[in-house]
Amino acid sequence: MSDEIAKHEPIGDPGLAEHQYRPQDVDDAQARRTERQISAMFLIAAALFVAFCVIYVTVDANETFLGWSAQNFGFGFTLGTALLLIGVGIIQWAKKLMGDHEIVELRHPAKSSDEDRTEVLADINAGIEESGIGRRPMIRNSLLTALGALGLPTIFMLRDLGPLPFGQRVTVWKKGMRVVNDVSGRPLKPADLQVGQLVNAEPAVFFEEDEEGHRLYEGAELLAAKGKAAVIVVRMRPEAVRPSQGRENWGIDGILCYSKICTHVGCPISLWEQQTHHLLCPCHQSTFDLADNGKAIFGPALRSLPQLPLALDDEGYLIAVSDFPEIVGPSYPELARDQKKLDKSS
Amino acid sequence: MTTTPEYVPIEQTPGGKKAAGPVGWLDERLGLAGLAKKNLRKVFPEHWSFMLGEIALWSFVILLITGTFLTFWYQPSMAEVEYAGPYVPLNGLEMSQAFQSTLKISFEIRGGLLIRQIHHWSAALFIAAMIVHMLRVFFTGAYRKPREINWLIGLGLLTLGLVEGFAGYSLPDDLLSGTGLRFVDGLIRSIPIVGSYLEFFIFGGEFPGDEIIPRLYMAHILLIPALLLGLIGAHMLLLVFHKHTQWPGPGRTEGNVVGYPMLPVYAAKAGGFFFIVFGFTALMGAFLQINPVWVYGPYNPSEVTAGSQPDWYMGFVEGAVRIMPAWESTFFNYTWSWNVFVPGALLMGLMFGALGAWPFVERWITGDDREHHLLERPRNAPVRTAFGVAGMTMYGVFWIAGGNDIIATQFGLDIYTITWFCRVGIFVLPVIAFIATKRICIGLQRSDANSILHGYETGVLERSPDGGYSERHAPLPAADQFTLTTHARLPVLEAPREFDENGVPAPHGRAARARAWARRFYYDGTLDKPTVTDVEHAAEHLADLDGHPAELGADFQGVSETGVPRVH
Repeated sequence: MSDEIAKHEPIGDPGLAEHQYRPQDVDDAQARRTERQISAMFLIAAALFVAFCVIYVTVDANETFLGWSAQNFGFGFTLGTALLLIGVGIIQWAKKLMGDHEIVELRHPAKSSDEDRTEVLADINAGIEESGIGRRPMIRNSLLTALGALGLPTIFMLRDLGPLPFGQRVTVWKKGMRVVNDVSGRPLKPADLQVGQLVNAEPAVFFEEDEEGHRLYEGAELLAAKGKAAVIVVRMRPEAVRPSQGRENWGIDGILCYSKICTHVGCPISLWEQQTHHLLCPCHQSTFDLADNGKAIFGPALRSLPQLPLALDDEGYLIAVSDFPEIVGPSYPELARDQKKLDKSS
Repeated sequence: MTTTPEYVPIEQTPGGKKAAGPVGWLDERLGLAGLAKKNLRKVFPEHWSFMLGEIALWSFVILLITGTFLTFWYQPSMAEVEYAGPYVPLNGLEMSQAFQSTLKISFEIRGGLLIRQIHHWSAALFIAAMIVHMLRVFFTGAYRKPREINWLIGLGLLTLGLVEGFAGYSLPDDLLSGTGLRFVDGLIRSIPIVGSYLEFFIFGGEFPGDEIIPRLYMAHILLIPALLLGLIGAHMLLLVFHKHTQWPGPGRTEGNVVGYPMLPVYAAKAGGFFFIVFGFTALMGAFLQINPVWVYGPYNPSEVTAGSQPDWYMGFVEGAVRIMPAWESTFFNYTWSWNVFVPGALLMGLMFGALGAWPFVERWITGDDREHHLLERPRNAPVRTAFGVAGMTMYGVFWIAGGNDIIATQFGLDIYTITWFCRVGIFVLPVIAFIATKRICIGLQRSDANSILHGYETGVLERSPDGGYSERHAPLPAADQFTLTTHARLPVLEAPREFDENGVPAPHGRAARARAWARRFYYDGTLDKPTVTDVEHAAEHLADLDGHPAELGADFQGVSETGVPRVH
């Protein structure tokens, strides 16, 4: 293909199509009819806004309409329909009655004229020249130093956004603390659990009060503590449990206690499959095998679900032997270091 | 209409008489007549796809209006209170003031629930409209010079919109939004080395703390809306400055813009469209329940509901997190949680980085430095279109992965199988989509060329004297033929010169070779439009009436299979 041919467009521009007249342009009766239609839309909209106010004062909050809240239905229906009618009316007006001659406007390149650009460059040059920023590097560099140093107070000012990280490797569980039902606060006995059952539990301290009747944990503190200390207690047939070395006595007759907080990003896990002993996280489907020491067997979680060693107290209630020997919750940069510290202290 | 209009000074016309006073008063103080002269009758071209960005704009306005209403009652506080209100099932439960005030808006403030639902639906629509608008801009090449900066501004708007949406649906402090925050907490923790510090600073202590809701509130109602507003202003100013792109067609060139004037037609159409979007979202707020926080209950870090899902636009991140393998490593005594950081943070960065870089990468490949104001049909840029569809496919697989639990329960499928399908599909399906899309584009280009060179199928069957049957073809109307051939011709591909005329290796040899390779890849298989000679031959061939028993007539444009006349 020669350049000669490439230059030519195969089909010439036939130019703008002929203007098509609308029925409203040529027929006055049609135009008046359209005008009436549009006005009708606006007037119905006005009536609907009034209806909105009537509903506001007459319809009670408890009333229902076709299973919907009558208020919400009434407000939404009148408001929405009225707004739609206004919109449709205005657009109908624009399409059917306003002038519809296409206009051609010329475009200009985005760039300015060459003279303008030269002048701007000259101005910038003059600015740089007159400021002497190139000739006086000391001023320039010291100013840059000062502006850079401005970053310091900016960063320091943000320091009090929160405390330095603390307590990430510990929870409120302690030796001898009872395992209690998470709703009633009742301590759990082995007899409370059937084989295959899962109970959501918490440390007893969340339900304890001091001498003046105030709860020991409240508000944000309680939520933060719950976010690490929540557990599940499951009972499996003892022969199904395959404890790893050192964990043989962490359970009682097949009753094991695991952290409820996923080691992936911290969702509480509780989708329990009795037959396979698998626990599935509803957020990202990490799956843990509770018969096999809480090992992560599928999904994005890598670390096993931490297990809480259990024992029985004098009254036969389930208690913790210690805090979790592994770190609970989602990973964080210092996790490996903290885990080493935990291993050393136990 | 038939009489010739006489000249009347503008001040004497009915409209001029009324407007002269106010216009004069304003102009003497603001001097805006010069600017208004250029813009009041500014021309906008017409096409349905140009409304998509407008939907986003109007949803944003609705968000501002409804959001202001909600702030009258919403309390951004995580202080614990005991609920005692009209929603009986939650009575006596401890909850944050944020959740309590959300319940109050939903049950005690008349119209509060409606406005809350309109606000949430508009937010979903805002992001959806931005994404669809962006796809339109991408697939038609509207981001090309001189509009690259506006493409970047749009990308900034989308990013901010996602953050704004996330901050917004966290505010009710219900069980679902708290679970979302728990995920964000895990995501922040996964940031290498500084994760713990960021977590404690952002949450004001251990998760959840009592600072995050007030902080998100500030971001949601002040910081991000202000940024959005500024960027939207810049987006619109650049739109006015560049003038809108238009589809090719008769009389429409790179040098002009054909359409209707801002005043009155587009002012009316756009203004009317605001009411339509508002009315539509109001009806959605009336009939379609969204985010019923009272069903979820207050946030409690030890509870979660099965089937927890973020708002739709976060679904792709959620999916990436779900299909990521369990990779975590320890080196330099630090834990590196790739399983959270890669899909949660890096992926978003990569995606937005790729989108932002594309106009510049494409320009580097094609070496095209011209201004473009005529839109390109997706088929005429097969590799761009194929990349776009591959990206959409990837997004779709992530999205499927984000709903894998819902898909598993709804269709009775195995959740691990779905996860594995997505893990493999995320790499394989975009490649298949790329190849298929490119082939389809080239096929469509051939069909365009065919309809110019061989005319369209009229649906008229003819019997030749020797008894054979054939379908008669006729040339397309000139306007259609022109529209099909307005796109640019393919450039001539040349191998880069490795040595100059003196035999010295050319500088930047490697970059030039990479560019030549990319250009070959970009144009590979793309069909050029017919040449003048091609068209002349075709015209001769089609004009050849020998053997046709009858003239078709000037208005005839073909018939369908059932004999219904067609119009092109």
